[in-house]
Amino acid sequence: MLSRRIIPCLDVRDGKVVKGVRFRDHVVMGEIVELALRYRDEGADELVFYDITASPEGRSVDRGWVERVARVIDIPFCVAGGIRSVQEARAVLHAGADKISVNSPALERPELIDELAAAFGVQCVVVGVDSLRDADGEWRVRQYTGDPSRTQALPRRSLDWVAEAQRRGAGEIVLNCMGSDGVRQGYDLEQLAAVRAICRVPLIASGGAGAIEHFRDAFAEADVDGALAASVFHSGAIAIPALKQALAASGVTVRRG
Amino acid sequence: MSVVLVDAGGTNIGSVRYALQRLGVEAALTSDAAAIRAADKVILPGVGAAGPGMARLRELGLVELMRSLTQPVLGVCLGMQLLCERSEEGDTECLGVVPATVRRFVERPGLRVPHMGWNRLRQQQEHPLLDGLGEQDWAYFVHSYAVPVGEYTLATTDYDGDFASVIAAGNFHGMQFHPERSARVGARLLKNFLDL
Repeated sequence: MLSRRIIPCLDVRDGKVVKGVRFRDHVVMGEIVELALRYRDEGADELVFYDITASPEGRSVDRGWVERVARVIDIPFCVAGGIRSVQEARAVLHAGADKISVNSPALERPELIDELAAAFGVQCVVVGVDSLRDADGEWRVRQYTGDPSRTQALPRRSLDWVAEAQRRGAGEIVLNCMGSDGVRQGYDLEQLAAVRAICRVPLIASGGAGAIEHFRDAFAEADVDGALAASVFHSGAIAIPALKQALAASGVTVRRG
Repeated sequence: MSVVLVDAGGTNIGSVRYALQRLGVEAALTSDAAAIRAADKVILPGVGAAGPGMARLRELGLVELMRSLTQPVLGVCLGMQLLCERSEEGDTECLGVVPATVRRFVERPGLRVPHMGWNRLRQQQEHPLLDGLGEQDWAYFVHSYAVPVGEYTLATTDYDGDFASVIAAGNFHGMQFHPERSARVGARLLKNFLDL
C-alpha cells in the first residue's frame, strides 16, 4: 500500500533556506544541503525546494545548489522557481532533481505544462497552485507570491485551474492555501477536499500545519497524498519521527524505519 | 569493476550516477557499443516514455547489442520496462529479454495515476539481488505503467493489486522503483547488483 508522504519544504533565497509568515518577512533558517540531510535522516519522504525569488525576478533557478543536493540526498526532491521552458526544466532535471514544479510561469503560459509533460512525462511535472478565498467566497489563484510587491490576484478560479493543469499533463498538484499559510492553525481542509474531489493525480496539501493533528486531518479528512510544511519542521516544533509515529498510531499509512 | 550507464536520454541518469558514487563506484555514461559490451555491469536508467526510449536505443544502434549482453544488466524504472517484450505505452515493441507485456494502471476513484510515492517491497523469491531486504522495507516509485507478476518476479508491490517491482530473467534484472532515491534500502539493492 502506498504511504502518505511527509514533505518538508525549503524556501530558498540567495542560496539559503528562509521562511516567512504569510509569504512575507523572510528570515534565514539555514544552509540548503545541511537542512536537506537533516530531514533525510529524520525520515522525510521527499523534499521540495522553492527558489522563491526566481519567478518575480524573471530568472530561473540556480542549478549549482540543485547539483550539490542531488549528490548527497537519496530521497526524491522537487525544485521550483521560475522554470519557464523545457530547456530550463531539462537543466534542473539533469542537475539531479526528480521533479520540477511550475507555478507563476504556467499561469503566464499554460502550454508550458503540455510541453513539460511531453518532454519528460507527467511524473516529472508538478503544478503549484497558490490559492486564496476572495470576498465573494470563491477560491482564486495568485501569481508571483514570492514577492509581495508583485503578487497578483487573478480572475481564474483555483478549481478551474487545477482541472486545466491536469488536462494539460500535471502529474501532481501542490495546493498552497495562502489564507492558512504560516499561521499554524491547520490546513484548509474545506479547500483541500474541494480540490481532492476533482483531482485524480496526487494532491499535496500546503499551508497551515502547526500540530500533528493537522497532518492527520489532511490525510484522513481531505484524503491528500502528501502534506508539505516548513516552519514547524525548521523550528523543531514537530519532529518527523514523532509525527510519523502518531500518524501510524491513528491508522495513516506512513513509511518508517 | 567497470560499470556503465547507458545514455538513453533518461533524466535520472545524474541521480543514478551520484548513487553509485556514494557506493564508491564511478560509472561511465555512454552510448558506445564497445564500451557497453566490455563493461562488467550495465545499467539502463530511464525516466520518460517507452516509445521515445526505444527510439533512442534504435537511433544509437543499441537494440541488438542490449539483447545480446551476457553480463549483469539492470533496468531502472522505464529501463526495466524496456527489457520486456512490449509496452502498452504507445504500443511499443521493447527489447524482449523478459517475457512480459507492460500494462498501464487503470485509474478509478481513489486510485491515483501515476503511482507516486513510497510503497512496500515483498520478496517472492530468494535471489542475491534482494540480500538484506527486510519485510517492511519501502521504496520510492513514480510510474504509470507496470510489469505484471510472472515467473521472473523477485518482489511484488501492491497498488490496486500486485505488480512486479523487482525482476530477473537470466542476466537481466529490473527495479520498477528508483533505488537511487530509495534511501538505505535503495542503496543496499544497488550494491547487491554491483556484487552480482
